[in-house]
Amino acid sequence: MQLLVDWLPFILFSGWSGMLIASALGVILARNPVHSVLFLVLCFVISAAIWLLLHAEFLAVALVLVYVGAVMVLLLFVVMMLDIKAERMREGLVRYAPFGVLVGLLLAAQLASVWWLRGSDMELLAQPPTPYFSEGNTRALGELLYTEHLYAFEIAGYILLLAIVGAITLTLRRRRGLRVQQVSEQVAARPKDRVRLVKMKAERHE
Amino acid sequence: MIGLAHLLTLSAVLFAIAVCGIFINRRSVILLLMCVELLLLAVNFNFVAFAWYLGDLAGQVFVFFILTVAAAEAAIGLAILVVLFRNRISINVDEFQLLKG
Repeated sequence: MQLLVDWLPFILFSGWSGMLIASALGVILARNPVHSVLFLVLCFVISAAIWLLLHAEFLAVALVLVYVGAVMVLLLFVVMMLDIKAERMREGLVRYAPFGVLVGLLLAAQLASVWWLRGSDMELLAQPPTPYFSEGNTRALGELLYTEHLYAFEIAGYILLLAIVGAITLTLRRRRGLRVQQVSEQVAARPKDRVRLVKMKAERHE
Repeated sequence: MIGLAHLLTLSAVLFAIAVCGIFINRRSVILLLMCVELLLLAVNFNFVAFAWYLGDLAGQVFVFFILTVAAAEAAIGLAILVVLFRNRISINVDEFQLLKG
């Protein structure tokens, strides 16, 4: 029983990381872009689960709420709005696949070899993990954010504001020839501009 | 037990898959955007792993800011994509060659 409790995080981690890699492959290989987005959502949800194992509770919740809840839904909206032809998108797949796989394998092998082959040489990696603080993760993170990283936090707020303004400005559309009510012109109108009084002689009909 | 090497390898594999995806799907802008999101996720994994390993919250603060900037980037990128699609009726990268003298 104790063995199971000790190994449970590792078992969970192994299962989730397998699912994470599978769904990441799904993102890049799915034929339909909508399926790609849904695989990406799965990726983020599994990542949030793994982050929970690593005591990053606030970030796990933020990833699900902000990323899955807002950004991925936005992406899904755009994908569905754009009406992309799936078969045209896949034209280059066969041509570029060998090159892409080669680059990917090379990159993964290089990055992983550093940790598996050279890891024992590095002093930092030889030491065991530091025991984690027992205080709540959200509270600790909040205290750090609002004291040490306050300026960075405010700049992050400005970046989000800029993103809002930029996105709205980019997609705002002014249509020509649309009959819109123009309040300023209506208010500024004078009776003499609109009504013309004409004087003429009375005529008698025979 | 979960070790740092496991986490870093997972993040390396995720990063490699995303780079591979950029090469494979280099025709459609929307899939490139999704691959960039995956790249950012892999990098965030490294930060979270080291924050856990060293017991230092600074890594998680970094992830917080990366998430913020990535959300802003996704919003602007999608807005540009919508405008492009409206003007061109296509999001194929090969057709965007106005600046190519």
